[in-house]
Amino acid sequence: MRQSNYYVILFSVILTVVLGGLLAATSEGLGPIQQKSIELDTKKQILGAVVEVTPEMDVIETYSKAIKSEVVDYSGNTVAEDSEGNKIVAEDVNVEKQFDKDPEERLYPVFKFYGKEGGEEIESYILPVYGNGLWDNIWGYIALDTEGKTIKGAVFAHAGETPGLGARITEDEVQARFQGKKLYNDQGELVSVQMLKGESNPESKLDEHHVDGMSGATITGNGLNAMLKNYFKHYQSYFNKKGATATL
Amino acid sequence: MSTETVDKPVKKESEALLSKRRKKIVSDPLNDDNPITIQVLGICSALAVTTQMKPTMVMSIAVIFVIVFSNLTISLIRKLIPNRVRIIVQLAVIATLVTLVNEVLQAFAYDMYKELSVFVGLIITNCIIMGRLEAFALANKPYDSILDGLGSGLGYAWIILAVAFFRELFGSGAIFGFEVFEAIGFSSDGWVGMDYQANGIMVTPVGAFFILGLIIWVQRNKTGYVEN
Repeated sequence: MRQSNYYVILFSVILTVVLGGLLAATSEGLGPIQQKSIELDTKKQILGAVVEVTPEMDVIETYSKAIKSEVVDYSGNTVAEDSEGNKIVAEDVNVEKQFDKDPEERLYPVFKFYGKEGGEEIESYILPVYGNGLWDNIWGYIALDTEGKTIKGAVFAHAGETPGLGARITEDEVQARFQGKKLYNDQGELVSVQMLKGESNPESKLDEHHVDGMSGATITGNGLNAMLKNYFKHYQSYFNKKGATATL
Repeated sequence: MSTETVDKPVKKESEALLSKRRKKIVSDPLNDDNPITIQVLGICSALAVTTQMKPTMVMSIAVIFVIVFSNLTISLIRKLIPNRVRIIVQLAVIATLVTLVNEVLQAFAYDMYKELSVFVGLIITNCIIMGRLEAFALANKPYDSILDGLGSGLGYAWIILAVAFFRELFGSGAIFGFEVFEAIGFSSDGWVGMDYQANGIMVTPVGAFFILGLIIWVQRNKTGYVEN
């Protein structure tokens, strides 16, 4: 009897229902907690672009003091509501989903950093970036100065780069290489920042638009370069508008 | 779990909770029949996660959890499983447990989840677990199966923890993130006068092979085990 087709099918169906139900229940039950973890992680990353996030730090608390956010479109205008009149919150904008749209159609969150304790003046702008690595997507947060021309800090993350090679973009040492790099050349053109091929490049090659590469991870590096250049361009009109109002 | 321990005392006196035979079920895989060093199973995860102690610890706990509960589940339904689909049933049970672990990690230890979720997913293909289900749980009572799973899980855990200990110590100069070499004076103001130079090869999987090889060597030297 245990070998009949009916029994096998019945057994499989019951097993699937039981195991599937168990998984669905877990996923449903843990969903809100996971959501909180993801939110915390995102805030950690955003803050990580400008300050050192220590394990003791109360990320949520610091974030609420230090960061004010807005969402802008491709031409740099603030977008407060979507087409149905719902409020758009920068933290809830899924950069990955936006990445699938045309650049002109996307929403661009901007996180304004007012100092760790929350001051009057904006200290830097933190921009999410998203792109393609070698195996999967890579993303990150870039902190720019108030003019949007100099990098003050960067954090990167990845979904599936090779550990020890491309995955090194998550290392502090690699991310620190971007500090102080300039996005515009003397003629005022956007040249972005390029990661070089190979590691331990001579000082002479590492000017204000180039950072040292990661050996064995050239394609991840290229993806990183493309990601930065794209997003700096997408946010260009936002900063141009800022500049214009500041001089008024 | 303990409800299964009352193992039908109809025929004869029930076996002691930790009889000699049962102790052997747990202790055998620790040394004489270690899943990694003797059966040489589960090597890939032993190489992948062991660069640091902390993720290795999480991985060990995850594997022990999965192996114990899959052993228990399969043993409980062993008389119901149709023989023709037993492998896929085993896989389904393992995959469910692994997904549970992954979900829990995602909810309560997100940093660990980010670091380990790839490897946790690969527990499904860890031959140790499937091997135990096929070789033991399908033919034994639930309580014995739990013990067997515990033994194999611990056998796996102590080896990868040992590998991780040496890899983190020499590869990053730390244990559980605590800078050991710095603490004993390897820093510019300590008595050595310079920082500890991390051994880069220990961070790569090659380093794990060395350590694993050494452990197997020492162990076989002591137990006199010879592959036939």
